[in-house]
Amino acid sequence: MKKPINVSNQGATLDTSRRNFLKLSGIGIAVAGLTLVGCDDDDFEYNDNKIFDLGMGDVGVLNYAYALEQLEADFYTKVVNSFYAGISTIEKEVLTDLYHHEVIHRDFFKAAITGATTNVLPTLEFQYPNVNFNDRSSVLATAKALEDTGVAAYNAAGKYITNPAYLVLAGKIVSVEARHASAIRDLINPLTAAFSGDDVVDPVTGLDVAKEPKDVVAAAGGFIKTPFTWKERGIN
Amino acid sequence: MNILKLLDKLSDDSFFTKQTSRLDNLSDLSTFGKKAAVAALPLGLGSFMATSAKAETKTEPTLAMKSALTDALQLALTLEYLEDEYYRIGLLTTNLIPASDKVVFQQISKHEAAHVTFLKSTLTSLGVTPGAKPTFDFTANGAFTPFTNYQQFLTLAQAFEDTGVRAYKGQAGNVMSNGTVLQAALQIHSVEARHASMVRRMRANKGWIELANGGNMPAATNPVYNGEDVTMQAGFNTATAFGAAAGSAAYDEVLTGTEATAIASLFID
Repeated sequence: MKKPINVSNQGATLDTSRRNFLKLSGIGIAVAGLTLVGCDDDDFEYNDNKIFDLGMGDVGVLNYAYALEQLEADFYTKVVNSFYAGISTIEKEVLTDLYHHEVIHRDFFKAAITGATTNVLPTLEFQYPNVNFNDRSSVLATAKALEDTGVAAYNAAGKYITNPAYLVLAGKIVSVEARHASAIRDLINPLTAAFSGDDVVDPVTGLDVAKEPKDVVAAAGGFIKTPFTWKERGIN
Repeated sequence: MNILKLLDKLSDDSFFTKQTSRLDNLSDLSTFGKKAAVAALPLGLGSFMATSAKAETKTEPTLAMKSALTDALQLALTLEYLEDEYYRIGLLTTNLIPASDKVVFQQISKHEAAHVTFLKSTLTSLGVTPGAKPTFDFTANGAFTPFTNYQQFLTLAQAFEDTGVRAYKGQAGNVMSNGTVLQAALQIHSVEARHASMVRRMRANKGWIELANGGNMPAATNPVYNGEDVTMQAGFNTATAFGAAAGSAAYDEVLTGTEATAIASLFID
Protein backbone atom coordinates (compact mmCIF):
# COMPACT_ATOMS: atom_id res chain seq x y z
CA MET A 1 0.00 0.00 0.00
CA LYS A 2 3.03 2.26 0.01
CA LYS A 3 3.25 1.87 -3.73
CA PRO A 4 2.65 5.24 -5.40
CA ILE A 5 0.02 5.45 -8.05
CA ASN A 6 1.58 6.15 -11.40
CA VAL A 7 -0.96 7.17 -13.94
CA SER A 8 -0.44 8.40 -17.42
CA ASN A 9 -2.86 10.66 -19.10
CA GLN A 10 -2.01 9.51 -22.57
CA GLY A 11 -5.15 8.79 -24.47
CA ALA A 12 -7.39 9.62 -21.54
CA THR A 13 -10.11 11.63 -23.13
CA LEU A 14 -13.57 12.26 -21.83
CA ASP A 15 -14.89 9.29 -23.73
CA THR A 16 -12.03 6.99 -22.99
CA SER A 17 -13.14 3.44 -23.27
CA ARG A 18 -13.47 1.51 -20.09
CA ARG A 19 -10.49 -0.74 -20.64
CA ASN A 20 -8.18 2.12 -21.46
CA PHE A 21 -9.22 3.98 -18.39
CA LEU A 22 -8.50 0.93 -16.30
CA LYS A 23 -4.98 0.68 -17.55
CA LEU A 24 -4.41 4.36 -17.03
CA SER A 25 -5.87 4.65 -13.61
CA GLY A 26 -4.30 1.58 -12.15
CA ILE A 27 -7.48 0.27 -10.61
CA GLY A 28 -7.79 -2.82 -12.74
CA ILE A 29 -7.95 -5.19 -9.81
CA ALA A 30 -10.99 -3.59 -8.35
CA VAL A 31 -12.72 -3.60 -11.69
CA ALA A 32 -12.05 -7.23 -12.34
CA GLY A 33 -13.53 -8.01 -8.97
CA LEU A 34 -16.59 -5.91 -9.42
CA THR A 35 -17.17 -7.28 -12.89
CA LEU A 36 -17.21 -10.77 -11.48
CA VAL A 37 -19.67 -9.78 -8.85
CA GLY A 38 -21.82 -8.12 -11.44
CA CYS A 39 -22.36 -11.49 -13.05
CA ASP A 40 -23.88 -12.93 -9.93
CA ASP A 41 -27.62 -12.57 -10.03
CA ASP A 42 -28.11 -13.42 -6.37
CA ASP A 43 -26.11 -10.48 -5.14
CA PHE A 44 -27.28 -7.94 -7.64
CA GLU A 45 -30.96 -8.59 -7.83
CA TYR A 46 -31.54 -4.84 -7.67
CA ASN A 47 -30.78 -4.61 -11.35
CA ASP A 48 -33.17 -7.34 -12.41
CA ASN A 49 -35.87 -4.91 -13.41
CA LYS A 50 -35.60 -2.28 -16.09
CA ILE A 51 -35.20 0.78 -13.90
CA PHE A 52 -31.56 1.44 -13.14
CA ASP A 53 -30.48 1.04 -9.54
CA LEU A 54 -27.50 3.10 -8.43
CA GLY A 55 -26.02 0.06 -6.73
CA MET A 56 -24.55 -0.86 -3.41
CA GLY A 57 -21.72 0.49 -1.30
CA ASP A 58 -19.32 2.95 -2.83
CA VAL A 59 -20.61 2.27 -6.34
CA GLY A 60 -24.03 3.50 -5.30
CA VAL A 61 -22.61 6.70 -3.83
CA LEU A 62 -20.51 7.36 -6.92
CA ASN A 63 -23.53 6.86 -9.20
CA TYR A 64 -25.53 9.17 -6.94
CA ALA A 65 -22.89 11.89 -7.26
CA TYR A 66 -22.79 11.25 -11.00
CA ALA A 67 -26.57 11.78 -11.23
CA LEU A 68 -26.33 15.12 -9.43
CA GLU A 69 -23.39 16.27 -11.53
CA GLN A 70 -25.27 15.28 -14.68
CA LEU A 71 -28.14 17.50 -13.59
CA GLU A 72 -25.90 20.48 -12.80
CA ALA A 73 -23.91 20.10 -16.01
CA ASP A 74 -27.08 19.84 -18.07
CA PHE A 75 -28.56 22.92 -16.43
CA TYR A 76 -25.50 25.15 -16.95
CA THR A 77 -25.10 23.90 -20.51
CA LYS A 78 -28.56 25.28 -21.21
CA VAL A 79 -27.71 28.51 -19.36
CA VAL A 80 -24.52 29.24 -21.31
CA ASN A 81 -26.00 28.21 -24.64
CA SER A 82 -28.46 31.06 -24.33
CA PHE A 83 -27.66 33.57 -21.60
CA TYR A 84 -30.57 35.48 -20.15
CA ALA A 85 -31.21 38.97 -21.39
CA GLY A 86 -29.15 41.74 -19.83
CA ILE A 87 -26.60 39.45 -18.21
CA SER A 88 -23.63 41.28 -16.68
CA THR A 89 -20.00 40.51 -17.45
CA ILE A 90 -19.39 39.14 -13.98
CA GLU A 91 -22.50 36.95 -14.09
CA LYS A 92 -21.45 35.59 -17.46
CA GLU A 93 -18.02 34.77 -16.07
CA VAL A 94 -19.42 33.04 -12.99
CA LEU A 95 -21.99 30.99 -14.90
CA THR A 96 -19.44 29.99 -17.54
CA ASP A 97 -17.03 28.82 -14.85
CA LEU A 98 -19.79 26.84 -13.17
CA TYR A 99 -20.63 25.25 -16.51
CA HIS A 100 -16.98 24.25 -16.93
CA HIS A 101 -16.64 22.85 -13.42
CA GLU A 102 -19.85 20.84 -13.50
CA VAL A 103 -19.11 19.33 -16.91
CA ILE A 104 -15.67 18.34 -15.62
CA HIS A 105 -17.24 16.78 -12.51
CA ARG A 106 -19.77 14.89 -14.60
CA ASP A 107 -17.20 13.51 -17.00
CA PHE A 108 -14.87 12.66 -14.12
CA PHE A 109 -17.55 10.53 -12.46
CA LYS A 110 -18.39 8.83 -15.72
CA ALA A 111 -14.75 7.84 -16.20
CA ALA A 112 -14.19 6.88 -12.56
CA ILE A 113 -17.30 4.73 -12.29
CA THR A 114 -16.70 3.14 -15.66
CA GLY A 115 -13.27 2.20 -14.38
CA ALA A 116 -14.65 0.60 -11.24
CA THR A 117 -17.83 -1.24 -12.24
CA THR A 118 -20.10 -2.16 -15.10
CA ASN A 119 -23.00 -0.68 -13.12
CA VAL A 120 -22.65 2.80 -14.61
CA LEU A 121 -25.61 5.17 -14.46
CA PRO A 122 -26.73 5.93 -18.01
CA THR A 123 -27.07 9.46 -19.31
CA LEU A 124 -30.16 10.90 -17.67
CA GLU A 125 -32.76 13.15 -19.24
CA PHE A 126 -33.82 16.33 -17.49
CA GLN A 127 -36.63 18.85 -17.66
CA TYR A 128 -37.05 22.36 -16.29
CA PRO A 129 -40.77 22.99 -16.32
CA ASN A 130 -40.68 26.05 -14.08
CA VAL A 131 -37.41 27.62 -15.20
CA ASN A 132 -37.34 30.58 -17.55
CA PHE A 133 -33.86 30.49 -19.04
CA ASN A 134 -34.29 34.01 -20.36
CA ASP A 135 -34.96 35.41 -16.89
CA ARG A 136 -32.12 36.33 -14.55
CA SER A 137 -33.90 35.66 -11.29
CA SER A 138 -35.27 32.33 -12.49
CA VAL A 139 -31.85 31.11 -13.63
CA LEU A 140 -30.04 32.31 -10.51
CA ALA A 141 -32.69 30.91 -8.17
CA THR A 142 -32.40 27.53 -9.88
CA ALA A 143 -28.60 27.66 -9.75
CA LYS A 144 -28.76 28.47 -6.05
CA ALA A 145 -31.10 25.56 -5.39
CA LEU A 146 -28.90 23.16 -7.35
CA GLU A 147 -25.65 24.25 -5.68
CA ASP A 148 -27.11 24.23 -2.17
CA THR A 149 -28.62 20.82 -2.84
CA GLY A 150 -25.30 19.54 -4.14
CA VAL A 151 -23.53 20.69 -0.98
CA ALA A 152 -26.18 19.13 1.26
CA ALA A 153 -26.10 15.90 -0.73
CA TYR A 154 -22.33 15.43 -0.53
CA ASN A 155 -22.31 16.42 3.14
CA ALA A 156 -24.71 13.61 4.01
CA ALA A 157 -23.36 11.01 1.57
CA GLY A 158 -19.77 11.17 2.83
CA LYS A 159 -20.51 8.77 5.67
CA TYR A 160 -21.67 6.11 3.19
CA ILE A 161 -18.29 6.06 1.44
CA THR A 162 -15.93 3.33 2.63
CA ASN A 163 -12.89 4.00 0.48
CA PRO A 164 -10.84 6.92 1.87
CA ALA A 165 -9.64 7.88 -1.60
CA TYR A 166 -13.23 8.27 -2.83
CA LEU A 167 -14.07 10.28 0.28
CA VAL A 168 -11.25 12.73 -0.43
CA LEU A 169 -12.35 13.06 -4.05
CA ALA A 170 -15.89 13.84 -2.92
CA GLY A 171 -14.42 16.37 -0.50
CA LYS A 172 -12.43 18.03 -3.29
CA ILE A 173 -15.65 18.49 -5.23
CA VAL A 174 -18.08 19.48 -2.47
CA SER A 175 -16.04 22.49 -1.37
CA VAL A 176 -16.10 23.77 -4.94
CA GLU A 177 -19.88 23.33 -4.96
CA ALA A 178 -20.01 25.37 -1.76
CA ARG A 179 -17.86 28.08 -3.36
CA HIS A 180 -20.37 28.12 -6.24
CA ALA A 181 -23.35 28.31 -3.90
CA SER A 182 -21.78 31.25 -2.06
CA ALA A 183 -21.08 33.14 -5.29
CA ILE A 184 -24.56 32.58 -6.72
CA ARG A 185 -26.16 33.63 -3.44
CA ASP A 186 -24.05 36.78 -3.46
CA LEU A 187 -25.07 37.56 -7.04
CA ILE A 188 -28.69 37.41 -5.91
CA ASN A 189 -28.17 39.36 -2.64
CA PRO A 190 -24.87 41.23 -2.94
CA LEU A 191 -22.80 41.97 0.15
CA THR A 192 -25.26 40.55 2.65
CA ALA A 193 -25.20 37.49 4.92
CA ALA A 194 -26.81 35.45 2.14
CA PHE A 195 -23.55 33.82 0.90
CA SER A 196 -23.82 31.53 3.92
CA GLY A 197 -27.24 32.52 5.15
CA ASP A 198 -29.04 31.24 8.19
CA ASP A 199 -31.31 29.29 5.83
CA VAL A 200 -28.42 26.93 4.99
CA VAL A 201 -25.90 27.33 7.82
CA ASP A 202 -27.36 26.73 11.25
CA PRO A 203 -26.62 29.94 13.18
CA VAL A 204 -26.20 28.04 16.45
CA THR A 205 -24.02 25.10 15.42
CA GLY A 206 -22.38 26.70 12.40
CA LEU A 207 -23.08 23.53 10.41
CA ASP A 208 -24.10 23.58 6.75
CA VAL A 209 -27.11 21.58 5.57
CA ALA A 210 -26.78 17.82 5.10
CA LYS A 211 -29.56 16.04 3.23
CA GLU A 212 -30.07 12.32 3.02
CA PRO A 213 -30.24 10.83 -0.49
CA LYS A 214 -33.98 10.21 -0.46
CA ASP A 215 -34.62 13.85 0.47
CA VAL A 216 -32.23 15.08 -2.20
CA VAL A 217 -33.84 12.99 -4.89
CA ALA A 218 -37.26 14.13 -3.74
CA ALA A 219 -36.09 17.75 -3.95
CA ALA A 220 -34.44 17.39 -7.36
CA GLY A 221 -37.03 14.95 -8.65
CA GLY A 222 -38.90 17.56 -10.65
CA PHE A 223 -35.85 18.01 -12.87
CA ILE A 224 -35.10 14.34 -13.43
CA LYS A 225 -37.04 12.68 -16.25
CA THR A 226 -35.23 9.34 -16.27
CA PRO A 227 -36.30 7.29 -13.26
CA PHE A 228 -33.75 5.40 -11.19
CA THR A 229 -33.72 3.71 -7.82
CA TRP A 230 -31.23 3.44 -5.00
CA LYS A 231 -32.77 0.72 -2.94
CA GLU A 232 -29.89 0.55 -0.49
CA ARG A 233 -30.74 4.13 0.53
CA GLY A 234 -34.50 3.77 0.43
CA ILE A 235 -35.11 5.34 -2.99
CA ASN A 236 -37.54 3.03 -4.73
CA MET B 1 -11.49 -14.04 1.03
CA ASN B 2 -14.32 -14.42 -1.38
CA ILE B 3 -14.82 -11.19 -3.23
CA LEU B 4 -18.59 -11.44 -3.06
CA LYS B 5 -18.55 -11.70 0.70
CA LEU B 6 -16.10 -8.85 0.97
CA LEU B 7 -18.19 -6.53 -1.16
CA ASP B 8 -21.24 -7.49 0.80
CA LYS B 9 -19.45 -6.48 3.97
CA LEU B 10 -18.19 -3.27 2.41
CA SER B 11 -21.73 -2.16 1.82
CA ASP B 12 -22.66 -2.83 5.41
CA ASP B 13 -22.53 0.21 7.65
CA SER B 14 -21.78 -1.69 10.83
CA PHE B 15 -18.81 -3.30 9.21
CA PHE B 16 -17.67 0.04 7.91
CA THR B 17 -17.57 1.61 11.33
CA LYS B 18 -15.37 -1.18 12.55
CA GLN B 19 -13.02 -1.14 9.58
CA THR B 20 -9.82 0.15 11.04
CA SER B 21 -6.98 -1.51 9.28
CA ARG B 22 -5.96 1.36 7.05
CA LEU B 23 -5.52 3.79 9.89
CA ASP B 24 -3.79 1.15 11.96
CA ASN B 25 -1.39 0.49 9.18
CA LEU B 26 -0.67 4.15 8.77
CA SER B 27 0.25 4.62 12.37
CA ASP B 28 2.08 1.31 12.57
CA LEU B 29 4.16 2.03 9.55
CA SER B 30 5.41 5.36 10.75
CA THR B 31 4.97 7.07 14.05
CA PHE B 32 4.92 10.43 12.36
CA GLY B 33 2.38 9.34 9.79
CA LYS B 34 -0.79 9.51 11.79
CA LYS B 35 -2.00 12.44 9.79
CA ALA B 36 -0.72 11.06 6.53
CA ALA B 37 -2.45 12.55 3.54
CA VAL B 38 -5.20 10.31 2.33
CA ALA B 39 -4.77 11.95 -1.03
CA ALA B 40 -1.62 9.92 -1.51
CA LEU B 41 -3.58 6.70 -1.38
CA PRO B 42 -4.34 5.06 -4.68
CA LEU B 43 -7.89 5.17 -5.89
CA GLY B 44 -9.83 2.00 -6.12
CA LEU B 45 -11.17 -0.87 -4.18
CA GLY B 46 -8.04 -2.83 -5.00
CA SER B 47 -5.96 -1.08 -2.40
CA PHE B 48 -8.77 -1.34 0.07
CA MET B 49 -9.00 -5.05 -0.41
CA ALA B 50 -5.33 -5.53 0.26
CA THR B 51 -6.01 -4.83 3.93
CA SER B 52 -9.27 -6.68 4.20
CA ALA B 53 -7.97 -9.78 5.90
CA LYS B 54 -6.80 -7.76 8.84
CA ALA B 55 -9.96 -5.69 8.90
CA GLU B 56 -12.05 -8.78 9.24
CA THR B 57 -10.60 -9.60 12.62
CA LYS B 58 -11.33 -6.20 14.14
CA THR B 59 -14.19 -5.80 16.52
CA GLU B 60 -13.88 -2.24 17.74
CA PRO B 61 -11.98 0.96 17.01
CA THR B 62 -8.41 0.85 18.17
CA LEU B 63 -6.62 3.41 20.28
CA ALA B 64 -4.61 4.53 17.28
CA MET B 65 -7.81 5.17 15.39
CA LYS B 66 -9.40 7.16 18.19
CA SER B 67 -6.23 9.17 18.48
CA ALA B 68 -6.23 9.93 14.74
CA LEU B 69 -9.82 11.10 15.08
CA THR B 70 -9.29 13.35 18.08
CA ASP B 71 -5.94 14.64 16.78
CA ALA B 72 -7.77 15.72 13.64
CA LEU B 73 -10.39 17.50 15.74
CA GLN B 74 -7.70 19.23 17.83
CA LEU B 75 -6.11 20.54 14.66
CA ALA B 76 -9.50 21.77 13.48
CA LEU B 77 -10.06 23.44 16.84
CA THR B 78 -6.75 25.29 16.56
CA LEU B 79 -7.73 26.63 13.14
CA GLU B 80 -11.17 27.65 14.40
CA TYR B 81 -9.66 29.38 17.44
CA LEU B 82 -7.48 31.32 15.04
CA GLU B 83 -10.34 32.36 12.75
CA ASP B 84 -12.67 33.12 15.63
CA GLU B 85 -10.20 35.43 17.34
CA TYR B 86 -9.21 37.07 14.06
CA TYR B 87 -12.73 38.13 13.11
CA ARG B 88 -13.61 38.99 16.70
CA ILE B 89 -10.72 41.46 16.89
CA GLY B 90 -11.44 42.75 13.40
CA LEU B 91 -15.06 43.50 14.23
CA LEU B 92 -14.08 45.20 17.51
CA THR B 93 -11.48 47.40 15.83
CA THR B 94 -12.92 50.80 15.00
CA ASN B 95 -12.43 52.18 11.51
CA LEU B 96 -11.21 48.85 10.13
CA ILE B 97 -14.12 47.12 8.40
CA PRO B 98 -16.24 49.45 6.25
CA ALA B 99 -19.90 49.57 7.23
CA SER B 100 -20.86 48.01 3.89
CA ASP B 101 -18.82 44.87 4.61
CA LYS B 102 -19.62 44.43 8.29
CA VAL B 103 -22.59 42.14 7.80
CA VAL B 104 -20.41 39.68 5.91
CA PHE B 105 -17.81 39.46 8.66
CA GLN B 106 -20.45 39.32 11.38
CA GLN B 107 -21.89 36.26 9.63
CA ILE B 108 -18.47 34.64 9.26
CA SER B 109 -17.54 35.44 12.86
CA LYS B 110 -20.78 33.92 14.10
CA HIS B 111 -19.95 30.67 12.32
CA GLU B 112 -16.36 30.48 13.55
CA ALA B 113 -17.48 31.02 17.14
CA ALA B 114 -20.05 28.24 16.71
CA HIS B 115 -17.40 25.94 15.25
CA VAL B 116 -15.16 26.45 18.30
CA THR B 117 -18.02 25.57 20.61
CA PHE B 118 -19.02 22.60 18.50
CA LEU B 119 -15.52 21.14 18.28
CA LYS B 120 -14.89 21.57 22.00
CA SER B 121 -18.06 19.74 22.91
CA THR B 122 -17.35 17.02 20.36
CA LEU B 123 -13.88 16.42 21.79
CA THR B 124 -15.28 16.39 25.31
CA SER B 125 -17.92 13.86 24.31
CA LEU B 126 -15.17 11.67 22.90
CA GLY B 127 -13.44 11.74 26.28
CA VAL B 128 -10.65 14.10 25.29
CA THR B 129 -9.88 17.50 26.81
CA PRO B 130 -10.06 20.20 24.13
CA GLY B 131 -6.77 22.00 23.59
CA ALA B 132 -6.47 25.49 25.08
CA LYS B 133 -6.63 28.51 22.81
CA PRO B 134 -3.12 29.47 21.71
CA THR B 135 -1.83 33.03 21.91
CA PHE B 136 -2.07 34.39 18.40
CA ASP B 137 0.11 36.93 16.67
CA PHE B 138 -1.79 38.02 13.57
CA THR B 139 1.12 40.17 12.46
CA ALA B 140 3.19 37.00 12.00
CA ASN B 141 6.16 38.65 13.69
CA GLY B 142 5.52 41.99 12.08
CA ALA B 143 4.94 40.81 8.52
CA PHE B 144 1.28 41.91 8.47
CA THR B 145 -0.82 44.74 9.92
CA PRO B 146 -4.31 43.32 9.43
CA PHE B 147 -6.02 45.44 12.10
CA THR B 148 -4.86 48.78 10.76
CA ASN B 149 -5.05 47.98 7.06
CA TYR B 150 -8.34 46.64 5.69
CA GLN B 151 -6.79 45.23 2.52
CA GLN B 152 -4.44 43.17 4.68
CA PHE B 153 -7.35 42.13 6.84
CA LEU B 154 -9.08 40.80 3.72
CA THR B 155 -5.89 39.15 2.49
CA LEU B 156 -5.36 37.18 5.68
CA ALA B 157 -9.06 36.35 5.90
CA GLN B 158 -8.83 34.80 2.44
CA ALA B 159 -5.70 32.88 3.44
CA PHE B 160 -7.34 31.56 6.61
CA GLU B 161 -10.55 30.47 4.86
CA ASP B 162 -8.77 28.81 1.93
CA THR B 163 -6.50 27.07 4.46
CA GLY B 164 -9.51 25.89 6.44
CA VAL B 165 -11.08 24.30 3.38
CA ARG B 166 -7.92 22.40 2.54
CA ALA B 167 -7.14 21.43 6.13
CA TYR B 168 -10.57 19.92 6.87
CA LYS B 169 -10.40 17.98 3.63
CA GLY B 170 -6.99 16.64 4.60
CA GLN B 171 -8.44 15.18 7.81
CA ALA B 172 -11.34 13.35 6.13
CA GLY B 173 -9.58 10.01 6.28
CA ASN B 174 -8.78 10.49 9.95
CA VAL B 175 -12.37 11.17 11.00
CA MET B 176 -14.16 8.67 8.74
CA SER B 177 -14.08 6.02 11.47
CA ASN B 178 -16.92 7.95 13.11
CA GLY B 179 -19.80 8.68 10.73
CA THR B 180 -21.34 11.34 12.94
CA VAL B 181 -18.11 13.24 13.33
CA LEU B 182 -17.33 12.86 9.63
CA GLN B 183 -20.65 14.39 8.63
CA ALA B 184 -20.22 17.30 11.05
CA ALA B 185 -16.69 17.89 9.76
CA LEU B 186 -18.04 17.97 6.22
CA GLN B 187 -20.75 20.40 7.32
CA ILE B 188 -18.08 22.73 8.71
CA HIS B 189 -15.84 22.19 5.67
CA SER B 190 -18.49 23.49 3.26
CA VAL B 191 -19.14 26.53 5.45
CA GLU B 192 -15.44 27.40 5.27
CA ALA B 193 -15.71 27.09 1.49
CA ARG B 194 -18.71 29.44 1.40
CA HIS B 195 -16.70 31.95 3.47
CA ALA B 196 -13.62 31.54 1.29
CA SER B 197 -15.58 32.17 -1.88
CA MET B 198 -17.12 35.33 -0.44
CA VAL B 199 -13.89 36.81 0.87
CA ARG B 200 -12.13 35.99 -2.39
CA ARG B 201 -14.86 37.74 -4.36
CA MET B 202 -14.66 40.79 -2.07
CA ARG B 203 -11.01 40.98 -3.14
CA ALA B 204 -12.07 40.92 -6.82
CA ASN B 205 -10.93 37.32 -7.19
CA LYS B 206 -12.99 34.44 -8.41
CA GLY B 207 -14.58 32.43 -5.61
CA TRP B 208 -12.53 29.38 -6.64
CA ILE B 209 -8.80 28.81 -6.93
CA GLU B 210 -7.39 28.58 -10.42
CA LEU B 211 -4.00 26.89 -10.65
CA ALA B 212 -1.81 27.51 -7.58
CA ASN B 213 -2.53 31.21 -7.72
CA GLY B 214 -4.27 32.60 -4.66
CA GLY B 215 -5.11 35.80 -6.51
CA ASN B 216 -3.11 38.93 -5.66
CA MET B 217 -1.69 37.32 -2.54
CA PRO B 218 1.69 37.99 -0.86
CA ALA B 219 4.40 35.36 -1.24
CA ALA B 220 4.11 34.56 2.46
CA THR B 221 0.79 32.85 1.73
CA ASN B 222 2.20 30.55 -0.96
CA PRO B 223 1.96 27.48 1.31
CA VAL B 224 -1.81 27.98 1.30
CA TYR B 225 -1.96 27.53 -2.47
CA ASN B 226 0.89 25.15 -3.23
CA GLY B 227 -0.44 22.12 -5.05
CA GLU B 228 -3.81 23.64 -5.92
CA ASP B 229 -2.88 23.43 -9.60
CA VAL B 230 -3.45 19.68 -9.83
CA THR B 231 -5.23 18.66 -13.02
CA MET B 232 -5.07 14.89 -12.64
CA GLN B 233 -7.75 13.36 -10.44
CA ALA B 234 -7.62 9.58 -10.06
CA GLY B 235 -6.22 9.21 -13.54
CA PHE B 236 -8.68 11.64 -15.15
CA ASN B 237 -7.25 14.74 -16.80
CA THR B 238 -9.44 17.63 -15.67
CA ALA B 239 -7.66 20.08 -18.01
CA THR B 240 -8.67 18.31 -21.22
CA ALA B 241 -12.08 19.87 -21.70
CA PHE B 242 -11.56 23.53 -20.80
CA GLY B 243 -7.90 23.99 -19.90
CA ALA B 244 -5.85 23.83 -16.72
CA ALA B 245 -7.40 26.86 -14.97
CA ALA B 246 -10.91 25.42 -15.05
CA GLY B 247 -9.67 21.89 -14.45
CA SER B 248 -7.75 22.82 -11.33
CA ALA B 249 -10.47 25.12 -10.01
CA ALA B 250 -13.07 22.36 -10.24
CA TYR B 251 -11.25 20.53 -7.40
CA ASP B 252 -9.94 21.87 -4.13
CA GLU B 253 -6.87 20.04 -2.89
CA VAL B 254 -5.97 18.82 0.58
CA LEU B 255 -3.43 20.09 3.06
CA THR B 256 -1.86 17.48 5.31
CA GLY B 257 -2.00 17.99 9.04
CA THR B 258 1.66 18.94 9.00
CA GLU B 259 1.15 21.52 6.27
CA ALA B 260 -1.90 23.05 7.95
CA THR B 261 -0.10 23.17 11.30
CA ALA B 262 2.86 24.92 9.67
CA ILE B 263 0.57 27.62 8.25
CA ALA B 264 -1.26 28.13 11.55
CA SER B 265 2.05 28.23 13.42
CA LEU B 266 3.05 31.40 11.57
CA PHE B 267 0.33 33.13 13.56
CA ILE B 268 0.89 31.48 16.93
CA ASP B 269 3.23 33.06 19.45
